[in-house]
Amino acid sequence: MALQDIRRTFLSWPVVRQLTGSDPTGRGAAVVSDHTRAVTARTETADRVVQSICPYCAVGCGQRVYVKDEKVVQIEGDHDSPISRGRLCPKGSASEQLVNNPGRQIKILYRRPYGTEWESLDLDTAMQMITERVLDTRARTWQATDDQGRDVNRTLGIAGLGGATLDNEENYLIKKIFTAMGAIQIENQARI
Amino acid sequence: MAECHPVGFQWVMEAKARGATVIHVDPRFTRTSAVADRHVAIRAGSDIAFLGGIVNHILSTDSYFREYVVAYTNAATILRDDFVDVDDLDGVFSGYDPESGTYDTATWQYRGRTSVSAAAGEEEQIRNSGGADGDTGQGGDSQQHGHGSDQGGGRHSGGEDGSQDEASQGARGAGHELGGHGANLGHGQVDRDETLQDPHCVFQVLKRHYARYTPEMVQEVCGVPPEDFLAVCRAVVENSGRERTTAWVYSVGWTHHTVGVQYIRGAAVIQLLLGNMGRPGGGILALRGHASIQGSTDIPTLFNLLPGYLPMPMVQEHGSDSLADYVATIASPQQKGFWTAADAYTVSLLKAYWGDAAQPDNDFCYRYIPKLTGDHGTYQTVMDMLDDTVEGYFLLGQNPAVGSAHGRMQRLAMSHLKWLVVRDLNLIESATFWKDGPEIHTGELRTEDIGTEVFFLPAASHVEKDGTFTQTQRLLQWHHKAVEPPGDCRSDLHFFFHLGRMMRERLARGEDGSGPLERDRPLLDLVWDYPVDEHGEPSADAVLREINGVHLSGDKAGQPLSSYTEMKPDGSTSGGCWIYTGVYADGVNQSQRRKPGQDQSWVAPEWGWAWPSNRRTLYNRASADPQGRPWSERKAYVWWDAEKRTWTGHDVPDFPLDTAPDYRPEPGVGGPKGLAGDDPFIMQGDGKGWLYAPTGLLDGPMPTHYEPQESPVSNGLYRQQANPTRQVFPRPDNPSGPSGDEPGAQVFPYVFTTYRLTEHHTAGGMSRWLPYLSELQPAFFCEVSPALAAERGLENGGWATIVSARTAIEARVLVTERMVPLRVNGRTVHQVGLPYHWGVGSDALTTGDSANDLFGVTLDPNVHIQETKVATCDVRAGRRPTGADLLALVAEYQRRAGITLATGNQQRTPVGDQPSPLTGS
Ligand code: SF4
Repeated sequence: MALQDIRRTFLSWPVVRQLTGSDPTGRGAAVVSDHTRAVTARTETADRVVQSICPYCAVGCGQRVYVKDEKVVQIEGDHDSPISRGRLCPKGSASEQLVNNPGRQIKILYRRPYGTEWESLDLDTAMQMITERVLDTRARTWQATDDQGRDVNRTLGIAGLGGATLDNEENYLIKKIFTAMGAIQIENQARI
Repeated sequence: MAECHPVGFQWVMEAKARGATVIHVDPRFTRTSAVADRHVAIRAGSDIAFLGGIVNHILSTDSYFREYVVAYTNAATILRDDFVDVDDLDGVFSGYDPESGTYDTATWQYRGRTSVSAAAGEEEQIRNSGGADGDTGQGGDSQQHGHGSDQGGGRHSGGEDGSQDEASQGARGAGHELGGHGANLGHGQVDRDETLQDPHCVFQVLKRHYARYTPEMVQEVCGVPPEDFLAVCRAVVENSGRERTTAWVYSVGWTHHTVGVQYIRGAAVIQLLLGNMGRPGGGILALRGHASIQGSTDIPTLFNLLPGYLPMPMVQEHGSDSLADYVATIASPQQKGFWTAADAYTVSLLKAYWGDAAQPDNDFCYRYIPKLTGDHGTYQTVMDMLDDTVEGYFLLGQNPAVGSAHGRMQRLAMSHLKWLVVRDLNLIESATFWKDGPEIHTGELRTEDIGTEVFFLPAASHVEKDGTFTQTQRLLQWHHKAVEPPGDCRSDLHFFFHLGRMMRERLARGEDGSGPLERDRPLLDLVWDYPVDEHGEPSADAVLREINGVHLSGDKAGQPLSSYTEMKPDGSTSGGCWIYTGVYADGVNQSQRRKPGQDQSWVAPEWGWAWPSNRRTLYNRASADPQGRPWSERKAYVWWDAEKRTWTGHDVPDFPLDTAPDYRPEPGVGGPKGLAGDDPFIMQGDGKGWLYAPTGLLDGPMPTHYEPQESPVSNGLYRQQANPTRQVFPRPDNPSGPSGDEPGAQVFPYVFTTYRLTEHHTAGGMSRWLPYLSELQPAFFCEVSPALAAERGLENGGWATIVSARTAIEARVLVTERMVPLRVNGRTVHQVGLPYHWGVGSDALTTGDSANDLFGVTLDPNVHIQETKVATCDVRAGRRPTGADLLALVAEYQRRAGITLATGNQQRTPVGDQPSPLTGS
């Protein structure tokens, strides 16, 4: 038995605290254990709190992101939001795991044609390779005119799908660069 | 809504606590039904019959809001007298061409107009519009504009062979070449009969069209008993009018149909008849399922649109490739409303894209925009992959192997690519199909034979980047970066900025150092100089400023625009998305505003920023009566202040501020000044809400009931079984099952529908990898009624195999009274419920068969959206076979059902032996 347990007397029983203290219904201080008292909420010790928005559905609930030592330690509902008034559903509440999930894939993976396994690749090499692929495909599949000689200035060799989970600014750059390179086949969840 | 938009649902509960009636219409009983006043179980795919029944109830009991209807809708407008309705043509409207499966919409027009020659510019031409947002243009959706699962789109017809004939005009006019812009009516002058008595006025046509949608018909088609149906009608009518409003709320349960746009039109007709548009507590609310799916529609990563619902130019229409021709297709200068400034919006976009290179003498680089020649939607593109014309594919936070219809087609298509770039938070099934997809298991694909080069690039999460999401009510909210992304994770802003930078650098050098080619000018002239931080991350704030737009010359040069009304067609302003102009008004990022809700009015205008112009409810001029007074004190929202001679109220008025209610424009005046003081639908060419859509839709001016592509029952209204203009793909890899009384239909006797669970998110990329959420919903399951379980020997907690004409999948069985067998057309219809979050792979914490694998590809003609809320199936006890045996099982079903390429794919139902419901013979 640990020393602190031996020191316990009946006076430290919660029911005594409940009857003698300021918490007669036993839903507050009277029933707080030493363990709980020793614990501090991650939200209290955070270095900073950053306002964000839930990344799942389009209700757009407000989030408060608690950061300590440059790591996200907790994500909670934002009480100021007139949309959500501090609430988050199971998905919004789980979004801290979306960020900190130990299984999160944070390295680039590469599968060569006909390959059977993933390989690794550094970011610069991957970017160079993708740039080459895009330009090669574009050159190979370029259509200046259609079969009736009308200007189309495009490639049908490159397609994209996605955007509904991204920011407006990201969608803007995607549409802009696709349009400028003549790739018209860009679509997202709104079609689906 | 309680399941999929739980935190939004708190407001429904608030309303209920204040006395609102909550009705839930859904094939399943859900968490929403549990707290609703009434749950109405409906057969999946029968909603137009249900909505049409309500329209009939409103009209036959004279329950419509007459003052609103006469003043604010096109009820009084006179139609051409050669329009023929479906009851006289056994299920099609006049103008149907059975060869092409399309309509010539000439006879649908307002009187005195024809849809005429392509020698455009001439008046009398009602070219259209609406862009096919089922709930936007025509109906005047008060909450949502340019709603999501409904891009302007339309089947391409006529143009590809170069014949720009009359018949194709309507189709092209409404097709994907047009964005979400309002109606190009030539001008806003129409013939009206405000007594609503003329037999050719919209009101009378509507009344005749819906006369057959009786409570008995609703019962026959939807399986809803008349007492339940009439209770809904009464609730909707009693809660509409001056003192009260009713809101309709839907999600993709409405858009995932071959008649999806017309579902939403059905709600629009009801809301306009009852005066529920543009008013607080009214409207049609699309609950959208992704954080910024509204934003990705407004600033579209969509093939048929440019930012702000401007259309991507089509080669057919804009063959001469001039900016003026392009702008003329969007709006005529004589029509009413704000689309007449489409030239200013377009030129400002071109200036944002191509900066100094865009000059008046080169049409502001308009020719740099690549041209469309038809449907380039995602399903067409996937079929093009199978034909090896598409080499490379970017997947950006999207998992088509699980989330798109016909998963097998999606995966096989990706196996044809030369290269695939997957940017996601987790190693989704679309990134790993080459090693662990279902086709590897069946032996259809071998890893060693797949030549696709795959790059998986991990993405930054929402807390690892700055930017805005646009939520479901058009509200832009900025999220601040909290921490740096780990490892190789990067934002898509980072990825695309650097991809563009590197492409430009290489092209500037030229392939062999010989300098750039002509085709590279659009890339090289592009404005692509965003400031980056020490990690190479571009500034999202700078991009948002570009989207907002700036003055390029004059005393305000360099200052952000404060409103799209400041945009000019002469190149003196830029702006990447005109409807977002104002988000940077006064040089302040308005999307960052966070005044606590409790410290401001109930409209909460100082939290974030809503497009356009921070308006929270669209078309809110309609919240006041024709004289500009609130319809009632209780429902006061925006009104005319006669003393100050301005519109004012709780929200930003959605009307020219100084246009008095009694203002009437001179004939021929177009644009905002062409709007009369009682024309609240300011983006419509005639200023009115459209009960009847003379243009803009490819499949009819009024919603009319058709059965889904696959249905166990025959159409109870006429012989035409399904939408005669639906986009079908008769291919060996896309079979459909027989329907109704066709032989073989009994092989797939049940209806299945798909849905989401609270604890997961779409195709699972953001939920099936999370321990919390995977523990809450650990396995794929099917919901069946006790009666169906008994019929098929299914055990709760056991396994079932669900077989469609495409494939078979297995699921854990949940036997529940939440699924109710319905009596339809004298027989029992069982429905099976399937959540669609799971997929076959090896990386997620929870994997399982994918419900979307059961579907084929058949699309709504207006918007190219697939029918994934209803199809037919069989259900068997036990697990499915594996390997080649699975293919054999499906082949056996196809053989028994007698499926051929023609099955389900004839758009006009062939007149066989079946009696016509119209004549009984
Ligand atoms: S917390 Fe739930 S309801 Fe709110 S935005 Fe996120 S997913 Fe939607």
